[in-house]
Amino acid sequence: MDIAAILSILDATIRLSTPLLLACLAGMYSERAGIFDIGLEGKMLAAAFAAGAVAAITGSAWLGLLAGMAVSLSTTLLQGAAAITLKGNQLIAGVAINMLAAGMTTFLGQTWFSQGGRTPPLQPGGRFEPITLPFANELAGIPILGQIYADLISGHYILVYIAFIMVPVTAFVLYRTRFGLRLRAVGENPKAVDTAGISVVKQRYQAIIITGLLCGVAGAYFSIAQGSGFGNNMTAGKGYIALAALIFAKWKPVPAMFTCLLFGFLDALQIRLQGAQLGGVEIPVQAIQALPYVLTVILLAGFIGKAVGPKAGGVAYTKER
Amino acid sequence: MSARRPLPRWADIALLPAINLLLAFLVSGLVVLLVGQNPLHAIQVIIYGAFGYGDGLGYTLYYATNFIFTGLAVAVAAHAGLFNIGGDGQAYVAGLGAIIVALALDQTHWLLVLPLAVMASAAFGGFWAFVPGWLQAKRGSHVVITTIMFNFIASALMVYLLNRVLKTRTNMAPESDTIEVAGRLPQLRQFISFFGYSPVNLSIVIAVLALIGVYILIWHTKFGYAMRVLGANPTASRYAGISNSRMIMITMAISGALAGMMAINEVLGVQNRLVLDFVAGAGFVGIAVALMGRNHPVGIALAAILFGALYQGGQELQFVIPGITREMIVVIQALVILFTGAMEGLFRPSLERAFMLFSPEQKAQAIAVSTAKPEA
Repeated sequence: MDIAAILSILDATIRLSTPLLLACLAGMYSERAGIFDIGLEGKMLAAAFAAGAVAAITGSAWLGLLAGMAVSLSTTLLQGAAAITLKGNQLIAGVAINMLAAGMTTFLGQTWFSQGGRTPPLQPGGRFEPITLPFANELAGIPILGQIYADLISGHYILVYIAFIMVPVTAFVLYRTRFGLRLRAVGENPKAVDTAGISVVKQRYQAIIITGLLCGVAGAYFSIAQGSGFGNNMTAGKGYIALAALIFAKWKPVPAMFTCLLFGFLDALQIRLQGAQLGGVEIPVQAIQALPYVLTVILLAGFIGKAVGPKAGGVAYTKER
Repeated sequence: MSARRPLPRWADIALLPAINLLLAFLVSGLVVLLVGQNPLHAIQVIIYGAFGYGDGLGYTLYYATNFIFTGLAVAVAAHAGLFNIGGDGQAYVAGLGAIIVALALDQTHWLLVLPLAVMASAAFGGFWAFVPGWLQAKRGSHVVITTIMFNFIASALMVYLLNRVLKTRTNMAPESDTIEVAGRLPQLRQFISFFGYSPVNLSIVIAVLALIGVYILIWHTKFGYAMRVLGANPTASRYAGISNSRMIMITMAISGALAGMMAINEVLGVQNRLVLDFVAGAGFVGIAVALMGRNHPVGIALAAILFGALYQGGQELQFVIPGITREMIVVIQALVILFTGAMEGLFRPSLERAFMLFSPEQKAQAIAVSTAKPEA
């Protein structure tokens, strides 16, 4: 394999891991605050549809992004109302959101656009264009380093850069701010936070609002950056992979980035390996597809280190009477 | 404010779900209105399509058969405090057990195929749920996350097997051989012509037996009692000398076995071969069915018929009213899960308050207030 081929796989890795990373960081805010979120998939799907639909109608990618974030946020608030205010089962709320998004996007897509659930193809300006970083073209001639800069680091959509910038931002917010301290405390020991006079409910809502906004960006990436328009069920289980990545990264931002890159790499490899041979034996593509899920199961079982989530995760907080 | 009183039993198991269901339908109606259609007409079409004639009723019962199995799977796990979200994967893998037996014995007679296929599908489905159960019991991994992952692993595994192992040479489609007529499960229409061309078959009898079996298991056996103790209070159950980890593993295996038996209806009863994604989300419908049916077999039977009717009626809907697709049913389903499951607390306080108005204490207090002398 020459450098160009390697770069092209790594390039695909970055593109494929971007939505995973955004959704994974989104889930991190929610789960660190003690709200298990298996609704990442649904929120992304709803956002992808909203972004695709609005971008198709208005012809503006930015309006599409805003619409995606708004829809994702309202879905999150619905889920939050169930899981935080009404103290319902967080897991069931997530399942409901996933199904609601799957049904609604196809249903509305079909009734509004009559194209089998797809949104109309996007006009120029309706989707994000790759950004060429400064001097990328000039440096492309330099072997290896220049090529890496020009092909791998430059030439992505703005959402890709946002996703990767969000990693240090998230690390800073979680570990270096008062807000982050309280957020983590609410996920570990809500009673202590409550005793300190901080509203657990308010803190949790603040956390899931960030979750909603980030999921919105992740969803929009599918329909108005990576793709040009919304396609039926286009997130295709990526929300669950993001969830797996979150567990795999043990709810930490930097490991989350590397895990998402790994899962993105597996995805890129899987596309490239269709029918490839390894030592005379054909590797089933399905085995690579299933790898992130298998790895998560093995990790959760503690065979390769232990993944322990936030202690208060999964339970609504009830003040003692 | 006076202390809350729990609702009377009938209100808890019938009235509250009914209100929540009504709310789910109301919101669905709003969605139909949103796309410029008449919700009342839509309901009419659904009801006629599901119950109005023999074929429709047959299809309703055929879908309901699937949902009884997956609903029971979720309910059994729920009694032990476990949330089995992996019914889809369990039923999918169970299809493998069913087809192996059926293809091996399809030259004989369905009376021989059926019991063995039931056992095989239950064993395969049970195994696919036992592993997450084992992982939770012994290694402490959350059963919800593991079963979600197992759904995806099952999907990848089955795609591989159908494409590479089970696919026949003559057929381009990724599906198994077709079962000989002798090995197929008889359709009810062979005895009752009323059902027209609908695919409802003998597996509905197995579904009813499963309902009865689960009822006996949960409320009339020692094991069922231990299961409910575990679900209500794991600490208490441990102090009572019950092995929680053993209970979790066995319960998950039973749950998976029930989900797996869904494959009998699809593989032996209707498709007569193993096809890609034959489960089609029935495992998730099972969640809605169990929530609505309050994890009780009678409730599950009713809820399964309701969802069967929605599925069948939804099919009609898309033919009769252009602009409405069958995804509308998924929306309704999601709303039912949302309102009866996650937002169950929405009406409970106000309902409790409403019931308090009729309680003896309230009456006494009201009388006391009305007869008390006004303060000077």
